[in-house]
Formats: sequence, structure tokens, C-alpha cells
Amino acid sequence: MDAKELLEVLSNSSGVSGHESRLNDTIISAFEKYADDISIDSLGNIIALKKGKSSNGSNIKIMLSGHMDEIGLMVKYIEDNGFIRFTNIGGIDPRTVLGQEVIVHGEKDLFGVIGSKPPHLQEKSEINKAIKMEDMIIDVGYSKDDLKGIVSIGDTITIKRNFKALEGNRLTGKALDDKAGIAAMYQCIMELSRINHDADIYFVSTVQEEEGMSGAFTGTYKINPDIGIAIDVGFGSTPELPKADTIEMGKGPGITIGGNIHPGLREKMVEVAKEYNIPFQFEVTPGPTGTDARAMQITREGIPALCLSIPLRYMHTSVEVVDMMDIKNTGKLLAFFIASISNENLEGLLCY
Amino acid sequence: MKFNAELLKELVSTYGPSGNENRVRDFIKGQINDYVDEIIIDSLGNLIARKKGNGKRIMVAAHMDQIGLMVTNIDDSGFLRFTNIGGISPFVTLSQQVIFENGTVGVVSAEPIEDISKLKISNMFIDIGVNNKEEAEKLVSIGDTCIYNAEYGENKNVVFTRYLDDRVGCYVAIESIKQIKNPKNDLYFVFTVQEEVGLRGAKTSAYRIDPEIGIALDVTGSRDTPKAKTFAIGLNKGTAIKVKDNSILTHPKLRQYMINIAKENNIPYQLEVLEYGGTDSGSIHLTKEGIPTGAISIPTRYVHSTIEMASKNDIMNSIELLTKLLESDVSL
Amino acid sequence: MLLKKLTEASGVSGNEKEIRDIIIDEIKDYVDDLEVDRLGNIIIHKKGNKNPKKLMITSHMDEVGLMITDIDDIGLLKFTTVGGIDKRILVSKPVLIGKNKVPGVIGAKPIHLQKREEWQSALNIDQLYIDIGANTKEEAENIISIGDYVAFDSQYIEFGKRLVKAKALDNRVGCSLLIELIKEIEDIDFYGVFTVMEEIGLVGAGPAAYKVEPDISIVLEGTLCYDVPKLDDHLVPTYLNKGPAISLIDRTTLYDIDFRKKIAKIAEKNDIPYQYRKTAMGGNDSGKIHTTKEGSITTTISVPCRNIHSQTSVMSKYDYENALKLLKAILSEYKKGEL
Repeated sequence: MDAKELLEVLSNSSGVSGHESRLNDTIISAFEKYADDISIDSLGNIIALKKGKSSNGSNIKIMLSGHMDEIGLMVKYIEDNGFIRFTNIGGIDPRTVLGQEVIVHGEKDLFGVIGSKPPHLQEKSEINKAIKMEDMIIDVGYSKDDLKGIVSIGDTITIKRNFKALEGNRLTGKALDDKAGIAAMYQCIMELSRINHDADIYFVSTVQEEEGMSGAFTGTYKINPDIGIAIDVGFGSTPELPKADTIEMGKGPGITIGGNIHPGLREKMVEVAKEYNIPFQFEVTPGPTGTDARAMQITREGIPALCLSIPLRYMHTSVEVVDMMDIKNTGKLLAFFIASISNENLEGLLCY
Repeated sequence: MKFNAELLKELVSTYGPSGNENRVRDFIKGQINDYVDEIIIDSLGNLIARKKGNGKRIMVAAHMDQIGLMVTNIDDSGFLRFTNIGGISPFVTLSQQVIFENGTVGVVSAEPIEDISKLKISNMFIDIGVNNKEEAEKLVSIGDTCIYNAEYGENKNVVFTRYLDDRVGCYVAIESIKQIKNPKNDLYFVFTVQEEVGLRGAKTSAYRIDPEIGIALDVTGSRDTPKAKTFAIGLNKGTAIKVKDNSILTHPKLRQYMINIAKENNIPYQLEVLEYGGTDSGSIHLTKEGIPTGAISIPTRYVHSTIEMASKNDIMNSIELLTKLLESDVSL
Repeated sequence: MLLKKLTEASGVSGNEKEIRDIIIDEIKDYVDDLEVDRLGNIIIHKKGNKNPKKLMITSHMDEVGLMITDIDDIGLLKFTTVGGIDKRILVSKPVLIGKNKVPGVIGAKPIHLQKREEWQSALNIDQLYIDIGANTKEEAENIISIGDYVAFDSQYIEFGKRLVKAKALDNRVGCSLLIELIKEIEDIDFYGVFTVMEEIGLVGAGPAAYKVEPDISIVLEGTLCYDVPKLDDHLVPTYLNKGPAISLIDRTTLYDIDFRKKIAKIAEKNDIPYQYRKTAMGGNDSGKIHTTKEGSITTTISVPCRNIHSQTSVMSKYDYENALKLLKAILSEYKKGEL
């Protein structure tokens, strides 16, 4: 399986925050071929360990994280006629879910559609107002009685969307945030199977990033790495967004600059990218990044953190777009960076 | 098992706002002393009571703090200005009686205001019925906190009172402590501090205990009142097993385990998807390497008012679910 | 002068190198252990008579500022804020950019060319830019990089009756107090921590507390002061010239009541003026410290600063000196085992 195939499987599967375990088999079967050990921790993070060259037990530890959870919806109420009321898990623009086909993940998966009041029945003044999520319903075609034992309050819902290739290297699908990050980690572990590295590398597919980075907090605590690197997505440039707030598609990963990021390691990352001619961009975030890197940084005595962002358009919709070259370059950059870190040079890089 | 109205009444009537939980802690300690193996009070003031057992290390958290008003200023005429401790609504607070730790009673009023919807805490004051600043300072100091002063009420179905949040959780924990005779699991009942200001007591106590499983006991909303927003929780429909709130997505396996326990024992339950608010469970599950955590909620109308209302049946069912859960061989 | 040196140095959150080096230079001869941790916090230990309770005194060394996000075609620089800055204070001010302190200005459209309505609305960050005098993008790129930190350009000036104007009084005033304690106190065992990135989310304090494991902490701060006439007394967070402010509550901490009363009593016993900080707004490193690991007890003692988070913060030396006195009095109680 190559990274693109993994991305396709992951994008077409569902793993709403808190309910990621459906993805376990796919991720484990991809990483186990290259890893020395794979485990699942108490909150559900999948930790794949690839040991470094000098396995005397005192290797430095580098943790990579891509979050396996995705935004989605959740059943909050079932009307007497079987219509399902729902809430969002993670940040969702309600305007983007209207008219979508969905899968309700109950005891079995049910197909449904999201509807609202038809335009004919609306006042003129309503037409320009966005419809609130609380006014939308999911119709699964069954009555409340039919749904007994099949759908419960708390079941998750995902938008039904098929992963597709667009022109060139562009790909579209749902939940590429942050399945693209997992694909990049997968690319990295494949690269590392051909490169020597001193450090023990922990590839962590984290849970619940979209709901407060829970998995990254606890996973980092458990591993207690010397370096933590979050691989997430960044805002791909589109005409309506200010240039300074975005990174460009197809021009390589964004290397984050800001307080969340260790300056010495970031310089090293840039140096490695230049040395191997891997394209990269800068992404400026002065405060906490809102990625797993934030959780890593403030865990235990403080973990030096880095963050790479894969450019992604239309974030948190079901038609996210990424460029496969960016994913591959992210994986390569990670691998070469990891190979450049040794037991000897680490202290110097971390020194202020 | 009989509904112990006396105990619940005492619990909701005992002073203990966030940051000043001494009195309620002493009261609870007195209630449970004879039923537990050891008691620790940590540096933030959490009351940690252990019932030793051989199985899983389980932390049960009910917060004993309550929302209140902290005095920030005393003016020349003896009026007190205040800030909120926890989620205080100015509208609920207007025209309430309040009471300080030393028993001083006051009433809450506001500066004249044209548009009542603009009422803010900074425009309100407490009148303790004194003539000047000197008299006021004999009774109250800056930094003192008062709580709502209101009567406990009940009928055969429900209780309605101030501070069910979360003294009813404490009540459930205490009753469960009394019922469990030979614990299978290693049980840590924690009566936490400072939940209302950010789940702080649960964070430090969970770190200390490092449990294998966490359970929070708290109130949740009840949207079965006229024209209430959609939320599938109602009074007298059973105890509530939490799926989510703003602080946690509960552990799916633990949640399913709780549902199974409820089904096996014919305990009526509801599933709770709460779109706001947080509970101690949010702090516990992020502790150290991550703790599978769930929550049992007591459906409650009018939360954070002086007339919080809960069903006696739901409360009893919550005790039963907790007790059965703790007495089982938990495996996830 | 120490406070002049500290306030005129740059140390925008996430880029504390310059201020950190200055502080290390000041204190290195007075401490038993000094370490810069993985996040850049300075953690020092002064050894003295052992006390059963471990004491930690902290002050954050970072300041609010700006960061370059983009360079446009005619060499003007776009920026974003680092930490809580009121966007309205930015226009028409000089700044210093990057390691080499390249001077620049944040300009504004001439008033002559504006419609009257325009004056009414605040300028947004995206309407502002920094001019370093470059003519082209290439010229600017030779001396500026995206991600460069920008500090306010503002001198330390003493004025009025014992007042001081400077940038970054929040929290170089805390650093100055802690440095003086480290230099002057002997025979008392305590840890001193200069934390990083307080202004962008209390980043450094948690990991530092995790390492030090204090039983008691004293957080030193410059805090909000808005003591304008005719404002109701209860809306004034602190006053200038009424002594150091002791915190009751803020968004991150409910301060331990017994400890707070003890501090007030020490002040009273030693005839040191003090006031309570009367707002629940804001937060500081205490929030992270007191909830780390199994929890601990904290207090925050602050020097009131008018116009906080601006280029022209103002404090009183009277408050500063009394804060220092109070801290010394607290430490001598600590020495006696009575804290």
C-alpha cells in the first residue's frame, strides 16, 4: 500500500473524535510492516515504534503525531417521527452540512439526508439567513419505533463522501484533516526503512485532537519524548483569504514559526529541507498552534515541539483538497530531519 | 434503600463556595468517616476517601464547591460590590438573599437601569443592612464570599432547592459509600474543590490517585420544560449516562459498560449529549497517560438557580447505578 | 539602572533570548544552580537553611509585541500581534524588528485624506503595516524574515513624582524584583523561575512547576491599573501609589484564603502599604502552577501599571519599593518557618 492508497481508505472510513477505533485495523496494518512494536493506549492512540540504530535502551525519542480523529456530527435527539436532531463534534460551519448525504453510525450504518424547510415556505427575509444546525434534521426513512435498538443518543454521524483524484496531484475527500498527516507519517516510516537513524521514533495516530487534543496530551505524557513533531494541515491559499494567513498548494509543507515551536529545531528543519531540496513554506503562528504541538509543548517538564502543516483547502468541510506531492514531501522532510538528529547533536540544537 | 432527605437538605444548606470549602468538607468527612479506610485532604482542599479493594483503582469525583459571590469593594455607605465565583447569572441573582460564612445575611439589588436586559454584575450590589462602611467591615471583608440563601423544598416526586449542583452528586457518592460493604475495586471517592471555576480540584486529585478508571457525578440539564431547546434528558426518566459535554467525549467502552450494568439491573437510564458545560470528568481523563472516564449525571432543571429541581427516583437510580458499577468486576 | 536595562531589552513571547541573557548575566554570581530548561525558562536555586515547604518565586520575562507575517511588493511589512494588544494603540508608533533591531514605523493615512466617518472606527491590524524604508520586496527581504519578532521602541523615562514610563513593565517589574531578591537574600532556600511565554497562554509556568514541585509559590507581576477620577471605586482594579496589589481571584486562580490573609498580615505587621486587586479579569502563571501535579498554594503580588500592554506603561517607584519590602518580609517569615 502506498501513502495515497492509505489516505483513500482512511478518508472513506469514519473516525469521529472519541470514536476512532474503526480506523485501528487500517492504520495498524499499514504501519506494522515497518514498525518494531505497535500498541494502543488507554484513550485509543495508536503508537507505532520504530527503533533507532543503537538499541542500547538509551536512544533519544522523537514522537510524531498525526491525529486520526475527524470532525463529525452526533445524534442528540430522536423526534417522534424518527427525524434525528444532531450536534457537531469539532468545529463545523452549519452552512456546509445542509443538503448532505450522511451515514448514521448506529448498531448498523444507516443512510440519511440532511434537510430543512423548503424555500417556498420561507419568508423573503429568511432566505439570506443561514440555517442553524438546531433547525436541521436528518431523515433516515424510519420511525422512532423502527430505530429502537439501532440508533441511540450519542451515535456519531459522518458525511457520505467518496475520495477522488482531481487534476494533477490534487485529491479531494472528507477528513483529509488530518488523515493527510497520517499518510505523511506513513510516507516517513517507509522512507526511514531505507535510512539510518539514531533515535527511536514513535509514530502516534492521536485521538480527540478536534476536541481539545486529548490524545496528544496523554500520549506525550506516556512517551515523554525529547522532541515532539505534530503533522497537521494548514490553510491552503484561496482568493478570499489573506495571503499572510495561508500557505500555497503544492509548494511543500508549512514549517510553523512561533512560540509553540522550538527555534533551534525549526532552524535545523529548514536547514535539512534546503540540503535535500525539499520545498517548504513558513506558517506564522505566534501563540499556541491549535495542533498536537501545543499539547506536546506543555506536557511534563516541557517538550521541544515542531509543527509541519500540509496545505489543505476548504478545511472542516467534506470536500477538503490536498496535493499528494505536499504529503510526500512532508514525509521525506520528516525522515531526513529524523536522520539528521543524533545523540551527539541533540543537546546543541536544544540549547538556547 | 430510602431517600435520605435529611442528608440532602444538610448538604445543600452547608456553606462551601469554590475556594472556601472547609465547612462542607468537614460535614462530608463526618458523614463518611466510619465507612472508609483512609481520608486525605490535599493542598487544594480535596477530600479523598478510600475504600480499599483488590480490583481496579477507580476514582469517583463529586464536586463539593458551589457558585457564589465574592466581595471586591465596600463603599462608604456599607454597600458591597462583588464578582462572580463560577457561573452566576445577574438575572437569577437580582433580589436574592445571600449569606456569608459567619451568618451575615444580605440582599442583592442593582443600580437603576433602564433596560433590564443590560443588567451586569458590575452594576449590582449587596445590602447587608448596615449604616456605614465601619459597620460593614465588622461583618464582611474584601475577598469574603457569600452564597445564595434559600429554603430547601420537596414533594413526593422531586426536590427543589439551591445547590443541587453538585451537592446531589456528593449525596450520591456518600450513599454509595455507605452501601458498598466489601469493595471489589480499590475505590477513591473524591469530593473535589473548585469545579465551578475550571475543574481544578479534579485535576490535582486525579494526578495524585492516578486511577485506572474515572467516574464523575454531577448534575446535567433537563429540557423537558415548555419550549425548551432540544436535549434528550428529562426528569424522572432515569439516571443519565454521559456521552459528551464540552470537557469530554466519554470513553466508549466504559460508557457501554455502564449501559450494560444499567440494563442488567433494570435501572432506568438516559443517554446525555450535552452541548455546553463541563464536569470533573474532563480533567480526570487527561491525567498522565490518559484515564478512561465516564460520568453519571442527575437530570436537573434550572441549574445554577436557587430552585434547582431533580427527581427523587433519578437520584436513587443514580446511586444504584454507581453502586452496582463499583461493585462489579470492571473490565473494558 | 536595572529596570531601565530590563525594560529596554526585547523579549517578545517566544523570543526571550535577549532578556534571558541579560537576566542570567545579572544573577549568575548569586545562585547555587542555574538552568535554562527545554522551553527557555530560567530556573535557579538559592540554597539556604532547609525548610519543610519548598518555595518558588516566579516572574514571567516575556512581553507582548508583534510578528512579521508577510512582506509586500513595495517592501512594507504585514504583521500580527503576539499576546493581548489593543490594536488601537499601534498606529503612529516606532518599532524595532528582529535580532538586529531594524527600526520601522507603523504609519497611518494622513488625516487630510480621510473622511470624517473614518476617524470614528478603529484601524484593524490588516489596515496597518510597518515601513522600514525599503523600496522593494527584495530589499526588505535582505534584512527581514517572515516570523521576525517586533518589539515596541520605547525608552525608560522617569517623570512626575517618582513615576516611571517604559514598555514591558509587565513584567520586567516582576523580573527586577526577583533579581533584587536573588542578589540580596541570603540563608534562605528558594527556587526562582523566570518563565517564558506567559502572554501567549501561560506556556512556561506549568512545565517549570512540574520540575520544581513547589509547595508554595509567589508570582510576581505588573498588573492592571486604571485609577481615573470619577470611575466608581469598585471598578478600579488597582491604584497607583497605594502599594503592591495582592490578588484575590482572577480567571486562572482562586487564591488560597489563609495564605492570602497571612500575606496581608505580614504587610500590616511591617507597616507596608498594600491593596487588593479588585478585578476577576486577567490571569497569570499562578493558574498553571497551582494545578500542576498534586496541586500547591500560590499568591500573586503585583506592581500596578497604568496603560499595561502598551509602549507607555506607567508605574510608581513607591509601589515597587514597597513590593520589595513586602517580599523581604515574607521571606523572613518563611525563614522562621511561619509561612
